[in-house]
Amino acid sequence: MSTAVLARGLTKSYGELEAVRGIDLEVARGELFAFLGPNGAGKTTTVEILEGFRRRSGGQVEVLGVDPQRFTRSDRARIGCVLQTGDAERRLTPREALGLWASYYPSPRRVDDVLELIGLRASADVLSERLSGGQRRRLEVGMALVGNPELMFLDEPTTGFDPEARRAAWELIAGLRDLGATVFLTTHYMEEAQRLADRVAIIKGGAIVAEGPPDQLSAEREPVIVFALPAGVDRGELPGAVAGLVRGDGQQVRIPTRTPTAVMAELCGWASERGLELEGLTVERATLEDVYLELASQEAA
Amino acid sequence: MTDAGRAGVQLRTDLKLFWREPADLFFTALLPVIFLILFTTIFGNERVEELGGIRTAQLQVPGFIALSIVSAAFVSLAITLVIKRERGILKRTRATPVPAWVVFAGLIGKCVVVGFIVTAVLMLIGGLVYDVSLPLAHLPALLVALVLGSAAFCCLGVGFTSLIGSEEAAPAMTNAATLPIFFISGVFIPEQQLPDWLATVGDVLPIKPLADALVAAFDPRVGGAGIELGEFAILAAWGAAGLALAITTFRWTPRRERD
Repeated sequence: MSTAVLARGLTKSYGELEAVRGIDLEVARGELFAFLGPNGAGKTTTVEILEGFRRRSGGQVEVLGVDPQRFTRSDRARIGCVLQTGDAERRLTPREALGLWASYYPSPRRVDDVLELIGLRASADVLSERLSGGQRRRLEVGMALVGNPELMFLDEPTTGFDPEARRAAWELIAGLRDLGATVFLTTHYMEEAQRLADRVAIIKGGAIVAEGPPDQLSAEREPVIVFALPAGVDRGELPGAVAGLVRGDGQQVRIPTRTPTAVMAELCGWASERGLELEGLTVERATLEDVYLELASQEAA
Repeated sequence: MTDAGRAGVQLRTDLKLFWREPADLFFTALLPVIFLILFTTIFGNERVEELGGIRTAQLQVPGFIALSIVSAAFVSLAITLVIKRERGILKRTRATPVPAWVVFAGLIGKCVVVGFIVTAVLMLIGGLVYDVSLPLAHLPALLVALVLGSAAFCCLGVGFTSLIGSEEAAPAMTNAATLPIFFISGVFIPEQQLPDWLATVGDVLPIKPLADALVAAFDPRVGGAGIELGEFAILAAWGAAGLALAITTFRWTPRRERD
């Protein structure tokens, strides 16, 4: 059997509120699948249905060939979960926590091997309350990993990380697939999905709005003109035709366009008139983030 | 590994966690001992004629044993469970193949072990310093009171967690539910000094039956095996009520994450 996760017409309502509106998902074995979306889009609700924590309102779900609402002990032994708001025991060391978790499973990995995989060998005997946020989250990945699962759910594993910790976590997550596990990753960081995933699905307002390999999704999009807004210049001062295309916020300006030459000409004319230098000015292929922001603005319009 | 082995690992872990948690260690393990020493220091340890010549500490040691059992089985268990629930630790265990009973065996086992160790320490100090001794014929009565008391208060403790909404509220709510009852259960203040109606309230709540059963076990004037069936019946009824509450309302997930 080559399908790890299958959902057909999955729905979940809370009273009047439809949190998940009939989504279809299919994740192949061995795949690293990223489930993307803003907070409140229905990501965690969907994942918790797949993990067997929440009951669905409608539709069909199979995880490793089993309905999650009927998971048995032996099904649980094949699945590892990193929950969104998990917290390891603060007064246990990583070695102790992993040892306890290993005892839950029929054929666990060696604790030392897991410590090595999650990069916590040097901190193995430090109480986890003394670890950094990134180290604690890696310990949680370790606790999901120690049972030697075929399938892992990682629910926003890098939220709140600094860039360095995020990079370390990415290496770890990419390594999980090399261990042969199927990985179902939820995130609201586009870069994370672009970097790691074989395939992504973007959920918004409880429905899937785009699906496919990240490069394919972004390749279908327009190229993007990128530059840094000079200090003291407001976005509103950009020339009219350009200003309407700007995406995102912050100092970096991203302008997706089918006609990069024309837009570039207008932009350069505007800048040289004012004697401004546009730092980092380039034309790039669209990223997943551009796809995502475009989808977001469509919804708003 | 067998499930019994898993329960052993869980118990060792929960005992280790108890040892590393200063607040739990102080309130559950040290406070009953400190109270015994304070009370006998303040109120003395005279032989009392009206009590047939036994020393006051002979009746105070069992009172503080009741305190230690309630602290370990009810207060400490409920607080620990709520902390584990609200931090998502319990929920996480549900995503593993470990059976629920193994998780509970560790936690409840920890509370029973701690309660029994404190009981032993109280009896040891009582025996060495305050001339307190257990009439040997009453040993079964003491054991029944300890086992039934621990079981009943563990059930009540697990049941009580469904009334506690947050980690922060847990110590306040568990203490509010027990401390006033100790004052009307003859543990801190002799029953004779209470108004009748208040003493009656104490009679039907679960702490006084446990304290009375323990006092009877230590009282040399009580004949036979010292077993107080009436007290045990009230205790068992409370335990059954706690168990029913636990079975119907216990939740593994943090309050904010429920459907």
